[in-house]
Amino acid sequence: MLAEWTNTIVQGVLLGGLYGMFAMGLSLIWGVMRLVNIAHGDFILLGAYVALVFGETAGLHPLAALPLVVAAMALLGFLLQRGVLNRTLGKGLLPPLLVTFGLSVVVQNLLLQAFSADSQALRAEGLTTASLQLGESLAVGWFPLGVFASALLMGLGLQFLFARTAFGRKLRATSDDHETVQLLGVDEKRMYALAMALAFALMAVAGVLLGMRTSFAPTDGPANLLFAFEAVVIGGLGSFWGTFAGGVILGVAQAVGFRLDPGWGLLVGHFVFLAVLLFKPEGLFPRTR
Amino acid sequence: MSAVRVERATRASRIAAAGAGLVLVAGISLPWWSDAGTMRLLVEFFCFLVMAQMWNLLAGYGGLVSIGQQAYLGLGGYLLFALANHAGLNPFLCVPLAGVFAALVALPTAKLVFRLRGGYFAIGTWAVAEVFRLLLANVSMFGGGSGQSLRAMAAIARATREPLAYWFALAAAVAAVAGVYWLLRSRHGLALSAIRDSETAAASQGIDVAFTQYWVYVVSAAGFGVVGALYYMNILRISPNAAFDVNWTAYVIFIVVIGGIGTIEGPILGTILFFVLRETLAGFGAWYLIALGAIAVVTMLYFPGGIWGAVQQRYELHLFPVRRWLRKA
Amino acid sequence: MTLVSTHALTAFYGDFQALFGVDFELDEGEIAAVIGANGAGKSTFLRSIAGANSADAGAVRLAGAPVGGLGAPRMARLGVSLVPEGRRLFPSLSVEENLQVGRSTGRVGPWTLERVYRLFPRLEERRAAPALQLSGGEQQMAAIGRALMGNPRLLLCDELSLGLAPVVIKSIYETIPQLAREGVTLVIVEQDIGIALGVAQRVTCLQHGRVSLSGAPAGLTREQISAAYFGH
Repeated sequence: MLAEWTNTIVQGVLLGGLYGMFAMGLSLIWGVMRLVNIAHGDFILLGAYVALVFGETAGLHPLAALPLVVAAMALLGFLLQRGVLNRTLGKGLLPPLLVTFGLSVVVQNLLLQAFSADSQALRAEGLTTASLQLGESLAVGWFPLGVFASALLMGLGLQFLFARTAFGRKLRATSDDHETVQLLGVDEKRMYALAMALAFALMAVAGVLLGMRTSFAPTDGPANLLFAFEAVVIGGLGSFWGTFAGGVILGVAQAVGFRLDPGWGLLVGHFVFLAVLLFKPEGLFPRTR
Repeated sequence: MSAVRVERATRASRIAAAGAGLVLVAGISLPWWSDAGTMRLLVEFFCFLVMAQMWNLLAGYGGLVSIGQQAYLGLGGYLLFALANHAGLNPFLCVPLAGVFAALVALPTAKLVFRLRGGYFAIGTWAVAEVFRLLLANVSMFGGGSGQSLRAMAAIARATREPLAYWFALAAAVAAVAGVYWLLRSRHGLALSAIRDSETAAASQGIDVAFTQYWVYVVSAAGFGVVGALYYMNILRISPNAAFDVNWTAYVIFIVVIGGIGTIEGPILGTILFFVLRETLAGFGAWYLIALGAIAVVTMLYFPGGIWGAVQQRYELHLFPVRRWLRKA
Repeated sequence: MTLVSTHALTAFYGDFQALFGVDFELDEGEIAAVIGANGAGKSTFLRSIAGANSADAGAVRLAGAPVGGLGAPRMARLGVSLVPEGRRLFPSLSVEENLQVGRSTGRVGPWTLERVYRLFPRLEERRAAPALQLSGGEQQMAAIGRALMGNPRLLLCDELSLGLAPVVIKSIYETIPQLAREGVTLVIVEQDIGIALGVAQRVTCLQHGRVSLSGAPAGLTREQISAAYFGH
């Protein structure tokens, strides 16, 4: 009994790593330019589909295709910010939200048109089923462990980027005061485009790993966005580790919910999110500035 | 200084008012000279018109972008099924009740979602809709995930229920447009316009921004609730995925953005355009939504006032004037 | 050699006109002071030169080349750095990180972290502190240092003395001639006329967006300056 619950919690934690990964891109963009990308989940899904295409046309294993997906998505993010989203900044609340919502619908339906509504999966035999035996009755899949480790690495990487590199300093400065930063020679529009490219790279990784973990369909985008968003709210704004913790908590809540009753899995996650919103709206681990 | 007077109507609006009167007479008499198919289409049209006005009130005037108003549409629909199918109440009575029910649910919900701001508020409203969807999918009384049919309507003769449904929808549309128009011409409307232009400036003038946004959210929810009951009374079958589908919001946003956000004429124009497009692009499947999405994105980027905004700027045309002009007496 | 000049420079904030045809000239290595009452257009003038406000291409010239309206990032990379009014250090960065962001112009030159710390030793002591924890005077030093890290040819200083105690103002202004000696041309906007005149070779007075007086401080009387400052 205890072993079963421990197993559930561990699965939840590992799932939470993936949610933390979803959330990092969302949190990064909000932190740098106060933009909420409603199409966030759909673009993560796009990453999975691009990997699918590489798999079907060039026979590439998803992990082999990963660098290509990352490059393609990063370029897309850069161009999207430069060409479309930069125009919505500084013009009030409605334009960014409405434009990204429109993009969400366009991306979803393009995927629907190109790939039909059927569920797909990224083929990665062996990798996704092998497991590590921990103790007597606890088995942890290698793949979920790998996803969790990747999420941790991602968090560490972002932390390092922001705290120690010149690019990270420029991003923080742009987020603090985008007018003054221009006086020092920083092109804020270019910064935003580079930040979006980085976010899209993260989303590409999340998408490929998602596709390897579970089957996906074009209409799954919004769910990804919701999980990312709930992870950010639960964890609190302002720190990558907070977001990551939020993702883990959400994952555990969902896993526990599914264990209790398959129809209630997602609901338990939503309830935890609503509870945090009600009792601690700033999140559980907010960064105090 | 010469004397001035404050004017609230324009020549165009007087003509439009006369025109609207004619349209209304035609609308009321429709069941006698048209067929069932047209009536059902118009019920749908009125539903979208009400939703567009409600969403425009919330976003274009209240400054709150919600992508989860479908929560209240679904609730309205399910209340209809609960009361008509399971409690034996007359379905038509359920329509206004659905609005009241939605408003009651919106009261505590608003307190929750208003803890979020801007983009996070938008997603939060969506999360709420998702919660309602999942909750109702777990209720076996309503057929769980696969939904239920409205048996209660079978008890009423077709010749009665079809025109009646149509008139209810027409009444809702007229009430929505007239209600929003009246609201915006009142001092509440001034408060809303001020909030839309600048929350901080409005607050410094003594406007209780939070309270105003709060009841705009509740009114908008009530509107969506009424539409939910009307719509599902019209198509006779409900399911959680359909009733709480985010595509409702997608359609409404496109209507309002392309028609002209922040105006009363815009949503009307947008709804007409939406239905014309829907009929002409019917066979194109997902391309229809792709086109709608792309047009909305381009409109938002380059013509933020939508079609009516462009017309208004060019010709200074106000069919539903909510502003006040100073003219020489 | 004339480093910077403006010709019939105008500036608008929406419908409001802030500058009405300002002519200005400054040679390399010189220090100019721009004085005037509140709202005279002094900050607008600096921002127009720095590229933060739009201007006609020929209205602002750097070493003879038209640079009006190129935008602040471009101007910074061309060697025009503005120390903005109110310091405006980046709150979530430390002192040293603020200075490091100053390098974003990509220009090579004598100014490095070590050099800035030698000029302002107090900053080295507080290098790891969050920028806003510093006193007003220290923040001003950091803002100047941040602009210097970009290795500018032309340094524009907007109201260095704002909100600072006299003794602190004095110590900051002692560094100004040092900067000029190291090859930086300076335009100083100041409300404190005495201190501005004490350090500048040229003074320009703005009144309601127009030049009301211009010349070397030595050749101007208190009455002339007062009249130009306040108007008749």
